Amino acid sequence: MTLSELKDILEASILVGNEHLNREFDKCGASDLMSDILAGLSEGCVLLTGLTTVQAVRTAAVAGVGAIVFVRDKTPPQAVIDLARTEGIPLLTTPFSMFISCGRLHANGITGLSGMR
Amino acid sequence: MTAFIKSFSIKKRDFVRAGEASINVQNILKSLNMDHKLIRRIAICGYEGEMNAVMHGGDGILTVEIDTGRIILDIADNGDGIENIELAMQKGYSTATEEHREMGFGAGMGLPNMKVNSDMLSVESEKGKGTHLHMEFYVSTD
Ligand SMILES: Nc1ncnc2c1ncn2[C@@H]1O[C@H](COP(=O)(O)OP(=O)(O)OP(=O)(O)O)[C@@H](O)[C@H]1O
Ligand SMILES: [Mg+2]
Repeated sequence: MTLSELKDILEASILVGNEHLNREFDKCGASDLMSDILAGLSEGCVLLTGLTTVQAVRTAAVAGVGAIVFVRDKTPPQAVIDLARTEGIPLLTTPFSMFISCGRLHANGITGLSGMR
Repeated sequence: MTAFIKSFSIKKRDFVRAGEASINVQNILKSLNMDHKLIRRIAICGYEGEMNAVMHGGDGILTVEIDTGRIILDIADNGDGIENIELAMQKGYSTATEEHREMGFGAGMGLPNMKVNSDMLSVESEKGKGTHLHMEFYVSTD
């Protein structure tokens, strides 16, 4: 699905990266621990996390993550948004919890990092 | 003959800048049009090592060296060192504090990730004497 569809499914708002709404996603990694994402096949995935620090964006840049969605309406500081702009990583925020966000994406055909559902 | 060598400083407990050195290395390798998967492996190893120095170690230096047929990453810090390297290499082993976990670290996966993503990893560390990681990545010439 495109980032635009993913945004609708999660009733999310986009904080930065409107120009990437056509980016395609089929995998999701959900974690607040960055090494879990770095250890997985996270290239091109969407990252669901509650972590709103610069390290979430640097992890995404290093691992090649295609977008980050912050759960529970969390919004990162401006410096994090600026870094994401530089790195070309769209940031979104959803009102849903991690559990509900995962469930909605899973129900719409998104797989885990390994490709399993 | 070494074609290129560059060093970056790492500052203990500087959680805002932590990871910048590895992003810089990633950008250098991208500008040299290196293999995408190779760059990702190197960036992951650099980042895990850099975060470890910042969180568990001390001030340090990250050096990238582009050699014929291989890329070398050295990460050295002057921190307290690793007491038991064998234990530290195990998946899930972590001495991370609550503060570290709140910042997204402490899965105990950093060193195992470096092992998997490098072609060669050596860890030299002694309690009280700091830590030196040496990693090599071979560039296939086909
Ligand atoms: N540079 C270092 N100086 C001192 N101790 C270290 C250093 N690097 C690693 N360690 C020790 O080894 C343990 C395991 O490191 P590892 O990177 O695998 O996991 P972690 O940093 O705790 O969690 P993660 O990397 O998954 O966020 C650390 O918890 C720490 O006790
Ligand atoms: Mg670590």
